[in-house]
Amino acid sequence: MMSAAAIHTAGAPGGRETPWRQPYRGTVGMACLIAAEASIFIIFVVAYIFYIGKSLSGPTPAEVLELPIFGTICLLSSSITVHFAVSALRKGNLRGCTLNLAGTVLLGLIFLGSTAQEWYHLIHDDGLTIQTNLFGTTYYSLVGLHASHVVVGLILLSLTLAFCLMGRVKQEHAEKLETLSLYWHFVDGVWVVVFLVVYVLGR
Amino acid sequence: MSTTRALDGIDETLAPQGRRERNLIYEWLSTVDHKKIGILYIVYSLIFLLIAGFEAMLMRIQLAVPDNHFVSPQTFNELFTMHGTTMVFFVGMPILFGFGNYLVPLMIGARDMAFPRLNAFSFWISAFAGLLLYFSYFGGSGLYAAGSAPSVGWFAYAPLTAKVFSPGHSTDYWTLAIFLSGIGSIGAAVNFVTTIVCMRCKGMRFGRMPLLVWLYLVTACLVFVAVSPLTAAQIMLTLDRYLGAHFFDTQAGGSAVLWMHFFWIFGHPEVYILVLPAFGFASEIIPVFSRKAIFGYPAMVGATVAIGFISLGVWAHHMFTVGLGPSANTFFVFATMVISVPTGIKIFNWLATIWGGKLIFKTPMLFSIAFLFQFLIGGLTGIMLSVAPFDWQLGNSYFVVAHFHYILVGAILSMIFAAFYYWYPKMTGRMLSETIGKWHFWLFIIGFHLTFDFMHIPGLLGMPRRIYTYEANRGWGTLNMIVSIGAAIQAISILIFAYNLVHSYFKGKAAGHDPWDAWTLEWSTPSPPPDYNFAVEPAVNSRRPLWDLKHPDDPDSDYE
Repeated sequence: MMSAAAIHTAGAPGGRETPWRQPYRGTVGMACLIAAEASIFIIFVVAYIFYIGKSLSGPTPAEVLELPIFGTICLLSSSITVHFAVSALRKGNLRGCTLNLAGTVLLGLIFLGSTAQEWYHLIHDDGLTIQTNLFGTTYYSLVGLHASHVVVGLILLSLTLAFCLMGRVKQEHAEKLETLSLYWHFVDGVWVVVFLVVYVLGR
Repeated sequence: MSTTRALDGIDETLAPQGRRERNLIYEWLSTVDHKKIGILYIVYSLIFLLIAGFEAMLMRIQLAVPDNHFVSPQTFNELFTMHGTTMVFFVGMPILFGFGNYLVPLMIGARDMAFPRLNAFSFWISAFAGLLLYFSYFGGSGLYAAGSAPSVGWFAYAPLTAKVFSPGHSTDYWTLAIFLSGIGSIGAAVNFVTTIVCMRCKGMRFGRMPLLVWLYLVTACLVFVAVSPLTAAQIMLTLDRYLGAHFFDTQAGGSAVLWMHFFWIFGHPEVYILVLPAFGFASEIIPVFSRKAIFGYPAMVGATVAIGFISLGVWAHHMFTVGLGPSANTFFVFATMVISVPTGIKIFNWLATIWGGKLIFKTPMLFSIAFLFQFLIGGLTGIMLSVAPFDWQLGNSYFVVAHFHYILVGAILSMIFAAFYYWYPKMTGRMLSETIGKWHFWLFIIGFHLTFDFMHIPGLLGMPRRIYTYEANRGWGTLNMIVSIGAAIQAISILIFAYNLVHSYFKGKAAGHDPWDAWTLEWSTPSPPPDYNFAVEPAVNSRRPLWDLKHPDDPDSDYE
C-alpha cells in the first residue's frame, strides 16, 4: 500500500540528481508573441513585394521616397541603449538603467517624428494617400503597422522609465526588462526588413 | 474499474476544504483558474455548436427536395456563411482550447497556466467575437435598420467582400469577429507553449510528456504561423472597406487571388490545428481502453511535428481550379500527398496499440474506434482530391463538402465526444451515463454515415456546393433526402448528448479520482480537482506516472 506522498516523492531518482530547470516564462511567452507578430509582418511584406510596380497610376516609389537614414540610425541605436539598460540593471546599476531607458525612449520618439515628417511630406506635397494607388495602400499599411508597434513599445518603455524614476525598479526585475527589450529588438529587426523591402528593393 | 488503493491515500491530503460561500456569477466572470476557463470555453462552444447545428438543419431542410423554397436564397447564403464561420472559429477552436486549458496543466503537474490573466483575456475576447458575429443579425445593416448576417461564405473570397458588392456592415462584423477570435487564439497559444515549456513538474522531460501535451504544443505553434496571416488579411480587408485601400480591389490592380493565398495559408493549417488535439485525445484514450501503453511514442511525436511542418506547405491545393500553372500544381499535389505519410504512421500506431490489447468498449473507446475508421476514409478522399486533375472535376462540389465533413465531424467531433465521455468525470465528479452514451453513439454513427457517405455521390454527379436549390430532373433528389434524414438523426443524437451532459451532472454515478484506471497525472487529483490541482508538486519518472504508482514492482521507468 502506498502512502499519501508516494506520488510526490516517486521522482527524485537515487543516483542522478540533476537540478530541474526550465526557461523563464517571460522569455518564452515573448518569443511566442514575436513568432505570431512576425507572421503578421511577413504577410504584409509579401503583399508589398507582390504589388511592387503594379500600381495603375502614380506617384511611384522612385519619384517620392527618400531614404530615412537619420530615423533608421536612431531606431537601430535604441536597440543598443535598451541592451545597455538591461545589463546595467542586471549589475544593479539603477542610474545607468534609467539613463539608457531614457535614451531609448528619446531615440524611439525621434524615429516616430521622422516617420511623421515623411508621411506629412508624402501626403501634403506628393498627394500620396492610402487610396491613391497600390503603392500607397501597401506602403502606408506596412510602415504604419511597424510604426504602431513602435508606439506600443514606446508606451511600455516609458512606463518602465516612469517606474525607474519613481524608484520602483530593482535588480530582480532584470529578467522582466529583458523580456521587454526582446520586443524592442524585434521591432528594430522588423524595421531592417521594412527598410530593405520598401526603400531598397521597392524603389 | 474501481479506484485503486494507492490513490485513496492522495485524497486525504487533498480533502476539500470548507469552501467559503461566494457569488457564483462573480466567481465565474472573474476567474483566472485554468479549469474554470477551460469549462467556460467548452460550455460556450457547446452553445455555438447547437446554434451552428441548427443552421445546418435549416440548410438540409432546404436541400432535402428539389425546387424547394423553405428559406430565401439570401437567407441560405447567410446560413452557410454563419454555419462555417461558427463551426470553425467558435466551436472547433474554442472547444479544443477548452479541453487543452483544462488538461494540459493537470497532465504536466502544474498548478495553472503560465499566464492566468492572459488566459482569461483570451477566452473573453473570443467570447466577445462570437457575440459580435451573431450581433450582425440585428446590426448588420446599421443599427437603424433590420440587420442581416454576412453572406460571403466562410472563406469570403474577394472581390465579393468589397464595399460595392457587400454593402452594409454584415461583412465587417464577420471581419471583426474573425480578427478578435484570432487575437484570442494567439493569446491562448502563447499560454500553451509557455506552460508546456516552462511549467512541467519535476522529471517531466519532453520525452515523458503525455502525447496530448505534445499535440497541443504543436497545435499552439501552428496557431502562431497560421492564425496570424488570417489576422493580417483581416486588417487588410478592413483597410480596404473603411479607408479605401486597394489590397483586394481588382479595379485598382489589386489581386483577388492574393486573398485566396492569404486565406488558405491560414485555412489549411487550421484543419491541422483542429485535428491535432483530436489526435491527442485518441492517443490518451485508446491506450487506456486497450490496457496497453501507446505504441511507438517517439514515432508519434515525430509524426506530429512532421505534420505541423508539412501542413504549412499545402495550402494551394484549395486553389487548383484557379490555374496556378503546372509547377505550382505539381508541388502542392506532392506536398499534400506527403502529409499522408506521418498521418499514416499515427493510424498504424493507434492500431498497433489496440492490437493484442484487452479492449474495453466503453463509450469513449467506441467513439475512438469510429474516429479511426472515419478519419481514414476522410484522409483517403483527401488524397483523391489532392490529385489536381481530379480536383478540377470535383473542386467546389459536394464531394469536397463530404470530404471535409468526414474529417471535421467524423474524426474531430467524434474524438471530442470521446473526450467528453472520458474527462467529464474528472471535470464534474460524475460519470456520464453509459446507456444514454451508447444511444448517442449509435444514433450519431448511423446519422453520420447516412449524411456524409451519401453526400459524396451528388458531388460525383455534379452537384456544386452552396447552391440554393436544384431541379428535379437532375437525379439528386433521393440522395439529398437521405443526406437530410441522416442530418436529422445526428441532430437527435446531439440532443441526447446534451441531455446526458445535464442529466449526469445531477444524477450521474460518482466518479472518484480515477474511474478508468488510467495513467496520466490528472487522474491522481480528486474529481473535480481543487483550485490548486496538486497539494504537493508531483514528480514523475516515466510517461505513465500512475502506472508506476500502482505497480511499484514493475514501473515503466525500467523500460523507457
